[in-house]
Amino acid sequence: MKLSAEEVRHIALLARLGISEEEVEKFREQLSHILENMEILSQVDTEGLPPTTQSVLLENVYRLDEVLPSLSVSDVLANAPSQEDNSFKVNAVLE
Amino acid sequence: MDNLHILTIHESHKLLKEKKISSLELTEAVLKHIHSVEDNVRACVTVTDQVAIEAARSADLAIAKGDIKPLTGVPALIKDVICTKGIRTTCSSKMLENFVPPYDATVIRKLQAEHYVIIGKSNMDEFAMGSSTENSAFFVTHNPWDLDRVPGGSSGGSAAGMAIDEGIYALGSDTGGSIRQPAGFCGVVGLKPTYGRVSRFGLVAFASSLDQIGPITKDVTDCALVLNVISGHDSKDSTTVPLDVPDYTRALTADIKGMRIGVPREYFVEGMQDGVRTALEVAIKQLEKLGARVDWNVSLPYTKYGLAAYYILAPSEASANLARYDGVKYGYSYRDTTNMWEAMEKTKQNGFGAEVKRRIMLGTYALSAGYYDAYYLKAQKVRTLIKRDFEQAFQNYDVLVTPTSPTVAFKIGEKVDDPVAMYLSDLCTLPINIAGVPAISIPAGFVNGLPVGMQFISRHFDEESLLRVSYAFEQATDWHAKKPALT
Repeated sequence: MKLSAEEVRHIALLARLGISEEEVEKFREQLSHILENMEILSQVDTEGLPPTTQSVLLENVYRLDEVLPSLSVSDVLANAPSQEDNSFKVNAVLE
Repeated sequence: MDNLHILTIHESHKLLKEKKISSLELTEAVLKHIHSVEDNVRACVTVTDQVAIEAARSADLAIAKGDIKPLTGVPALIKDVICTKGIRTTCSSKMLENFVPPYDATVIRKLQAEHYVIIGKSNMDEFAMGSSTENSAFFVTHNPWDLDRVPGGSSGGSAAGMAIDEGIYALGSDTGGSIRQPAGFCGVVGLKPTYGRVSRFGLVAFASSLDQIGPITKDVTDCALVLNVISGHDSKDSTTVPLDVPDYTRALTADIKGMRIGVPREYFVEGMQDGVRTALEVAIKQLEKLGARVDWNVSLPYTKYGLAAYYILAPSEASANLARYDGVKYGYSYRDTTNMWEAMEKTKQNGFGAEVKRRIMLGTYALSAGYYDAYYLKAQKVRTLIKRDFEQAFQNYDVLVTPTSPTVAFKIGEKVDDPVAMYLSDLCTLPINIAGVPAISIPAGFVNGLPVGMQFISRHFDEESLLRVSYAFEQATDWHAKKPALT
């Protein structure tokens, strides 16, 4: 499986990961090589098998719908890169 | 008393209980030792001198009142992926270089209930992605057995720290071998509990269906003591299982007569070092001498697909988990733009290192439209087969035994530009996380002065069998007592 530079840029965009032209080439080669190693899976007959999403099967884990103490606003905002009026401050979404 | 830093938990506990030493003396001795070796080893991102001294004083007060539990007053090294309130938790990433968690992980709260003493936060591969600790954004940790070699990874700081006594015990985390492989490379004991045995609340997420926290210790007794404290159901982690936690020290009987041990041939792979193979054969014969019934020819036929399945599953989960580092709520944030998308993209570009980016890309690709069925769904189905392999084996055997890694510790820089070669060093540990079963690595010999790890695997929630066989082997050998020459 050989990825094209265009595909690498598309994946980076999906991940919202900034990527330099140098990285495009490096990742194109490395990811292609890794994906080639994944092709071994096509040898396995998995017809009709259920997928395993988690190894220790638990289902329907409920808890009571009760209010418990949570972190204070100042604790939550303590690591915020930018804040205003007890809120995280972000760049405009719509310009 | 001299050389307090070399003590184990159970040795420290005895001296503390008999009031022959105080936690403050022990803690100061360990801190002094850390500062004398850290320039060479570099196991710690943060040494918490001040916090450690305060915790030791408070432990001494508890001990004076007769309130002493097995971990009370005993200094611990904590992998820097586990949230510690008020203490920087970096994941060895530029992204979290200045992140100070507002809460403690559940395992930390459990340790605090014992009056534990935190001595430092240990170096790791960035976001626990790697097998050598070379992916730390800050510095490389050196293997105390040979400073030119890696300590393994991703919990390389915790394992190297235990080998050279930078703490009495350590916590690591294991997604595909990140406790066991470095424990093997550094000649110490490391256990990955069953998925769901130990709470992941406050463990910075890498691959949520695979991650577990576990002990890295100087011997098997200490491993059981730490597991006793950190295990159990947690309402803050709904994947923890509501089962009672046994007293794991009761498994330390040294009696393995009649224990059924299987040797899966797929783990003695091509490319395995001859010395590792020989060391394992000698070690397994030792188990036979101790009365175990060893079957040397067991097959887990889907083992060879483990690596490919893992490197689809883990990066896919990682790509979702790491989407949270958007520069808005915490962590590094690119501020030099007013454009929302540009800020997010530059934040990730500057904040993440090469391996983390590689795995985000790989996972994003495997989950993307048109490829989901071929990669992610396929890997989940292969996961079912790998899990069934283990279920079938455990109908006939109490534990399986394998090498922890196909080789001993490799040279720093040797594999850093070849991701696939690096991934192969986790060949023997990955399938265990895929199946969610527990496994331990213990010291089992040396090749050219470098430690060899032996891995035992057991069925879900049967950590006791791992500890039983490991303890019996440890009592009959002295590999665990060997120390690197670095002083």
